[in-house]
Amino acid sequence: MTTLATTEPAAPAAVKIVSGRTIGVGVLALVFAGLSLWMGLKVASGAQAVFKTYMIGEDVELDVPAKPVILVMAVLCLAVGALLLSDRTAKYFAMGASVAVIAFAIAFVCWSIAKPGVFLPVTATLNGALFLALPLILGSLCGVLCERSGVVNVAIEGQFLVGAFAGALIGTISASAWAGLIAGAAAGCLIGLLLAVLAIRYLVDQVVLGVVLNLLALGLTSFLYERIMQRAAEQFNSPPKLGNWTIPGLSKIPVIGPALFDQNIFTYIAVALVIIVYVGLFHTRWGLRTRAVGEHPAAADSVGIRVNWVRFRNVLMGGLVAGVGGAFFTIGSAIAFNKNMTVGKGFIALAVLIVGRWNPLGALAGALLFGFTDQLQIFLSSMPGGSPIPSQFLSMLPYVVTIFAVAGLVGKVRAPAADGVPYVKS
Amino acid sequence: MNVLYGLLTPDSGEILIDGVPQTFHSPRDALRAKVGMVHQHFMLVPVFTVAENIMLGREKTSGVLLSRAAARAEVRELSERYGLDVDPDAVVEDIPVGVQQRVEIIKALTSDCDLLILDEPTAVLTPAEIDELLDVMRTLRADGKSIVFITHKLKEVKAIADKITVVRRGRIVGTAEPTTGEDELAAMMVGREVSLTVDKTPARPGEPVLEIAGLSVLDERGQRAVDGLDLEVRAGEILGIAGVQGNGQTELAEAIMSLRPVLTGTIMVNKCPATRSKTRQVIDSGVGYVPEDRSADGLVKSFSIAENLVLNQYDKPPYGSGFMINPKMINKVAEERVAEYDVRTPSARTPVGTLSGGNQQKVIVAREMSRKLDLLIAAQPTRGVDVGSIEFIHKRIVAERDTGTGVLLISSELDEVLALSDRVAVMYRGRILDIVSPDTPREKIGRLMAGLTDDQAASKEPGA
Repeated sequence: MTTLATTEPAAPAAVKIVSGRTIGVGVLALVFAGLSLWMGLKVASGAQAVFKTYMIGEDVELDVPAKPVILVMAVLCLAVGALLLSDRTAKYFAMGASVAVIAFAIAFVCWSIAKPGVFLPVTATLNGALFLALPLILGSLCGVLCERSGVVNVAIEGQFLVGAFAGALIGTISASAWAGLIAGAAAGCLIGLLLAVLAIRYLVDQVVLGVVLNLLALGLTSFLYERIMQRAAEQFNSPPKLGNWTIPGLSKIPVIGPALFDQNIFTYIAVALVIIVYVGLFHTRWGLRTRAVGEHPAAADSVGIRVNWVRFRNVLMGGLVAGVGGAFFTIGSAIAFNKNMTVGKGFIALAVLIVGRWNPLGALAGALLFGFTDQLQIFLSSMPGGSPIPSQFLSMLPYVVTIFAVAGLVGKVRAPAADGVPYVKS
Repeated sequence: MNVLYGLLTPDSGEILIDGVPQTFHSPRDALRAKVGMVHQHFMLVPVFTVAENIMLGREKTSGVLLSRAAARAEVRELSERYGLDVDPDAVVEDIPVGVQQRVEIIKALTSDCDLLILDEPTAVLTPAEIDELLDVMRTLRADGKSIVFITHKLKEVKAIADKITVVRRGRIVGTAEPTTGEDELAAMMVGREVSLTVDKTPARPGEPVLEIAGLSVLDERGQRAVDGLDLEVRAGEILGIAGVQGNGQTELAEAIMSLRPVLTGTIMVNKCPATRSKTRQVIDSGVGYVPEDRSADGLVKSFSIAENLVLNQYDKPPYGSGFMINPKMINKVAEERVAEYDVRTPSARTPVGTLSGGNQQKVIVAREMSRKLDLLIAAQPTRGVDVGSIEFIHKRIVAERDTGTGVLLISSELDEVLALSDRVAVMYRGRILDIVSPDTPREKIGRLMAGLTDDQAASKEPGA
């Protein structure tokens, strides 16, 4: 017989959330620690890691003793690993994960450049990282707009391609980068329109549809490229560049001034869009409705929100943003359009979306992380004296990061509940 | 009712509100006509706060930004006026179902409706919460609101209604006064006399067929849904589990069927360890399972009745052997089962998805009970089933017990548990708080379902 001697309400069972991902990242931190230790022991004692940064008219050189720094980073990773494995509640997860990743990155960079005659140009690297991150930021913002309202958009890659193509074509013809930008956005929006009509109105499976749209964009742009651009590149495929914009005053701030306030106009557009989408999503009527439609469309419908109209509009807006991201490939730096020139960046943008947990700020951070890995790989593989590890492995790095990220190592990944589920009134 | 709220458009006929004909193409139109609705399945966004859910669709803004303070104030104002206690900043998925329902009601009230439709609002509530809800409804009535209260629980109708309308198969079959007897109401609902009480002889419990010790099971979110639970079901008895939905009953049933991994503890079926078995082994060892969600777990809707009837034994003689199945035999046996279990269908080859809820459930019952069982797990066996089928299913469950099968009955309908069970275990937050006799006063069981126990109650216990 069960007897209970309490007069109090039965206390809720003390539930301790043991988080699998904490264990995962704990183990990863230990692996990082091991690798850093190995690098620290391997590097010649007395070797210097040299960082150069451009500052007020001259290069400032920062010499770091490689060995001790790497070893300190190894200890940091070890500490994080031990902490995460001993206290598996998710309390220290975010902090621990970031410390481990950053420490390992520092150790890795120091180890890679700890050779005489090699230095890391800090400003150039950061600029390059930002440059590579820009399309990812815009692409994953497109993903945020679509998926928060419940439409899976796998066609970002295709939207990039048509954006790049239209940007180059119209930009060249009109000799105006701004016209190219608008054309790129419109082209991305057109793919968005196809996606919206077929997915929302005709309930086509969204992932399959996205893949097909990518192929359509690839085929179409390649065809038009051969038919139009290749024959008269001067006339049709020599896009102008959407220039830099130096913010008066702010750009004169030493060190960070030139890095932050003398940038390509796309950078400002991207940052502005991140802020607008973030505020919009969480602090406006549009955002509340968008999220409601993506999480529980029936509930939204029951309070009089037109679910499919909200989705339609969001997919079109996403298309505009992705189209701008595509235009960046050509008119961002006056590069001629080429077949499949976006080389899968649209898919990486999808990964960034997941890493950033469907949040515009997360997307920004994720895109910068990817941009940085990518830039690092480019730098290391072109380093004088060659990289200490094979360049093929380094080219793999961004994709390895993607796999880890998508596998859920970056935390509880929770897509909008109705993501990819068409809404049909019962 | 979905027509009245604009979720569906009528094929014919018209709706009059205050004498004015209305056509509702969407809930917008219904809201404009001051009709509000509390849905059977809550229409709340789980990841939003209470205030966000309530302002959704009619947001107040300052400039372009949402004015959350205004929404909070509105929630507080209404919750005070009608005694609906909620915290506007709580996230909906973290609050109990009873509170979620209050949120639904507040949501309907904020749209300033005159007519409030409550669709099966009591299905997910404890007896105490039901009383609270009835009080709220009285307050609303006193405030001049009209309420349409849809329920299949006759007690509640009689407790609150001023006028009763009985609907069967989309038609009004009659109206009644709240003084009408329950049997008479039930007869109107079914169209014939039904017996609301279940006739059964005292149980003759035998050897234990299910023994559970220290069982813990995690739910999808990684929380301990079942938490150190001990339980024993004997042959030839019905052990009913009473409890509000979401206290680990689903996870318990799935753990017994090995559909969900066991964290700690042991499960013994027929004195054989079954903690780490495969589901197939559990089924073959003589365990029948009526899952709580028949659409998701019980049936393949596009398959025929005949195919659904052999889902757990299609590979065994006489239905199949080697690589082949024997459709002739399957159909022949199916025809017999359809007759025996009174499944109303044109033929045994009809896709199961086209049947009514009650008939679908009878197909599951027929499948599970038409073989020799030692243990039957019946989870919400009569959810969403018409009164006539309920009566039938209840009789079959008692008959199954009388053949010496141990029955574990899980139901959130306290009436059902009390009517069928020989012993009642009250489950709360993953544990069995107490095992009582079905004659125990409802108030006491209701208190247990809300997690309240006391010494006095425990000492009065009959030995179990």
